[in-house]
Amino acid sequence: MMKNLIIAVVLATLSFGVYADTVSELRKGEIKQNIKPQRIPNVLNTDQKVQRNYPMQPPIIPHKIRGYEINTKVNKCMSCHSRTRVSESQATMISVTHYMNRDGNFLAEVSPRRYFCNQCHVTQLDTKPPVENMFIDMHKLISKPLVKE
Amino acid sequence: MSLSRRAFMKATAAASAASAVGIVLPASASNLITAKDQTALKWDKAPCRFCGTGCSINVATKDGKVVATHGDMKSPVNKGLNCVKGYFLSKIMYGKDRLTSPLLRMKNGKFDKNGEFAPISWDAAFDIMAEKAKKTLKEKGPTGIGMFGSGQWTVMEGYAAVKLMKAGFRSNNIDPNARHCMASAVGGFMRTFGIDEPMGCYDDFEHADAFVLWGSNMAEMHPILWTRITDRRLSAKHVKVNVLSTYTHRSFDLADSGMIFTPQTDLAILNFIANYIIENGHVNKEFVTKHTNFRLGETDIGYGLRDEHELQKKAANPNSGKSTPIDFEEYAKFVSTYTAESVSKLSGVSVKKLINLAKTYADPKIKVMSLWTMGFNQHTRGVWANNLVYNIHLLTGKISTPGNSPFSLTGQPSACGTAREVGTFSHRLPADLLVKKKKHRDIAEKIWKLPEGTIPGKPGFHAVEQSRKLKDGDLNFYWSQCNNNMQAGPNINEEGLPGYRNPDNFIVVSDPYPTVSAQAADLILPTAMWVEKEGAYGNAERRTQTWYQQVEAPGLAKSDLWQVVEFSKRFKIEEVWTPELLEKMPEHKGKTMYQVLFENGNVNKYSLDEVPAERLNHDARAVGFYLQKGLFEEYAAFGRGHGHDLAPYDRYHKERGLRWPVVDGKETKWRFKEGSDPYAKKGSDFDFYGKKDGKAVIFALPYEPPAESPDEEYNLWLCTGRVIEHWHTGTMTQRVPELFKAMPDALVYMHPDDAKSRNLRRGDEVKVISRRGEMITRVETRGRNKTPIGLVFIPFFDASRLVNKLTLDATDPLSKQTDFKKCAIKIEKV
Repeated sequence: MMKNLIIAVVLATLSFGVYADTVSELRKGEIKQNIKPQRIPNVLNTDQKVQRNYPMQPPIIPHKIRGYEINTKVNKCMSCHSRTRVSESQATMISVTHYMNRDGNFLAEVSPRRYFCNQCHVTQLDTKPPVENMFIDMHKLISKPLVKE
Repeated sequence: MSLSRRAFMKATAAASAASAVGIVLPASASNLITAKDQTALKWDKAPCRFCGTGCSINVATKDGKVVATHGDMKSPVNKGLNCVKGYFLSKIMYGKDRLTSPLLRMKNGKFDKNGEFAPISWDAAFDIMAEKAKKTLKEKGPTGIGMFGSGQWTVMEGYAAVKLMKAGFRSNNIDPNARHCMASAVGGFMRTFGIDEPMGCYDDFEHADAFVLWGSNMAEMHPILWTRITDRRLSAKHVKVNVLSTYTHRSFDLADSGMIFTPQTDLAILNFIANYIIENGHVNKEFVTKHTNFRLGETDIGYGLRDEHELQKKAANPNSGKSTPIDFEEYAKFVSTYTAESVSKLSGVSVKKLINLAKTYADPKIKVMSLWTMGFNQHTRGVWANNLVYNIHLLTGKISTPGNSPFSLTGQPSACGTAREVGTFSHRLPADLLVKKKKHRDIAEKIWKLPEGTIPGKPGFHAVEQSRKLKDGDLNFYWSQCNNNMQAGPNINEEGLPGYRNPDNFIVVSDPYPTVSAQAADLILPTAMWVEKEGAYGNAERRTQTWYQQVEAPGLAKSDLWQVVEFSKRFKIEEVWTPELLEKMPEHKGKTMYQVLFENGNVNKYSLDEVPAERLNHDARAVGFYLQKGLFEEYAAFGRGHGHDLAPYDRYHKERGLRWPVVDGKETKWRFKEGSDPYAKKGSDFDFYGKKDGKAVIFALPYEPPAESPDEEYNLWLCTGRVIEHWHTGTMTQRVPELFKAMPDALVYMHPDDAKSRNLRRGDEVKVISRRGEMITRVETRGRNKTPIGLVFIPFFDASRLVNKLTLDATDPLSKQTDFKKCAIKIEKV
């Protein structure tokens, strides 16, 4: 409760202008103001795997994908991530779930319902989110009782 | 930094030995936790919080927090899949700036329109709200009070709000943001079929031989339905996908035929297809004779702008939806001018592609599914566009059977369930009833156990009109829930913001987060969201889904439902009803509005014993009865036996949703078809029972130009829209770091030649200017959206780039839905 109050007070004191107009953390400025945009950030291209928030989260793409085509003729992502290409590419193989059809049966190849990788997998741009997220990893929750206070 | 496996193992061995000193290891000393009591997660189901697809989600909670989510294998909608937004649902409730206390603009301890936001109690919040509402009632009467709701409200929230406004305050000034989203679709359904919502369902995806996207980027905006189309297209080689749009987007990646047309000319393309079907003898004569009528609509109907606007004054038949009966020959003659050559010239689509598209509909062997969203609906002739696409399905009889399906997709998770079925519109009541019709008002008053004449017969202010009336000072007490109209509404510079900041008005905004709308408000109410409350949503295929509350809301945040119900306790019925009305039911004298509306024997019928003991259900426990069930069951009384039958409430908690009408416990997949729809009369084959004679209407309607087109000065078209990573105004998704970093800024997507001719390069900072306002952003010439020369695209998710400072508040004159897809702008280097 105290913390909530502090947040609210902080929000309130941030205000300025003809009428207090900066309650939003996301938008740092009055509504009438046109906020200067950041430069278009680069895509993070570290090739380093990033820990998932929970096991079922689709992993983010840790590299550039500019020019990677996915259409009726070609799926560029699969030229590295398909089962038959990972020994050459040393990329992560797509999840086994990607071979399942709507009824949960495994197919010989990737299920067409999973064809467009970019519906779930996204790159990350080199920019800082304006609002922090307080999501707690389940690993933290289950580890808690083991730590000596 | 990269580390070999061996080096990593060596490094971590030392580290774990050191950290073990401070840790009490379980008996089975291990670096893995395996004990069941620790690793078990509590799983439950809920529909997705985002789009109209209505995926079912499995939600895991632990210690009062949502810790994981994934697609529900048992749901026929998504069968285990989610889109990237859906996969990150776990994090949407945990943005650090969640609102946890009501905030009021204050100076010296008192409300002041120009004060600064300060935390107050709920009691104080309701005090000032009641004071302002009562003042407005006294000065202006019920029409001074208004509410702006949402297609993201739960069914119960929308229903309670309708009762509060239409029966309690006796004001029809309630409208949902869904007005901006699918009012034209509703208008199309009512005009052609006399009953709202699609006849088909998602099962059509696995049956169709061809898909036609008319102004819909499903790959980004209905991603899971797109997986079903992709599955069908790539696994059955004969299947073809056609995509029409005013620019190239991700859905074109699957297109066998992609067509870029000049904005607004979709109307002409639709009429060309009808003409082609007729000229080539592909009319399904038996179907057309037995099941359709032809009508000629009035034309030159204006652009839904203020009455004094030049364009409105110029229109011959402003706002007219009138039509007169014609016969097939007259209709055939009407569309005969829409030849391939003339329409190709107008639209910019090649003759070859046009004819190919027409053949898809004309060939009786091809089962075709048409899909559309905002391209049709956000259109100054949106109702017409909907009518015209039904025309081509009706001429060929390709309707209401598996795979033959004109399918209007909805944007929001409960645009169908809450906005349309509950009837949270200014002209509507539940189950397609209208406030204008005395008979319909009688039905509502009877179900609600209220005196005859409670509900006013004059439709209230629709969304855009609410903004205008706020600005003009006619609407003075305004409550906005579950939407962010100061970012999503049109023309916020001229029509949105002036109304919120008008000193005569008191603006209340309920939201989980401080949105742009909250910034412009006078009072902000902290709101519980998604699985922090119990609710029901209705998706685009008539599927109703419920969920239980699974975690507590933070701080003082409360659901929209609780807020509506609690607020109603602040009014004696004498304060909101006239003595004459109260005299008709004197037993209500001295009661509160809450008692009259919600303790009426229906809503409070089900005791808390019916709420499972292990369930949280804050809202029910607050009032002392099973509030959600009572509201749902009272609401369901409107539709049962009238083609909108819902199952008993409890059943929905066990199902992954059911498609109405649910008759004899069975859901309905294809409406209007004998054998699959229990309401279709025996021997009818097809029965469009929304119309008295059981016949659907084929409308003769022309191409008419848009409200604003580029000229020498404002020389570019502006189209606005969404992106896959963000939901609407980004209130939830911009607070998920992974989604923010995937799509941080709303850029202006433009053709490289358009950039070059303005001396611009990718990444340059530019000013985008319309006649109404300007915004600053950066140029993107190689993004996912590839616009043709002369048109740019800017998404509206970004709270820091308010593209709706530019848009025009022109609407379809029939549906009152804004056209966010067409206005004229210019671009200058900063």
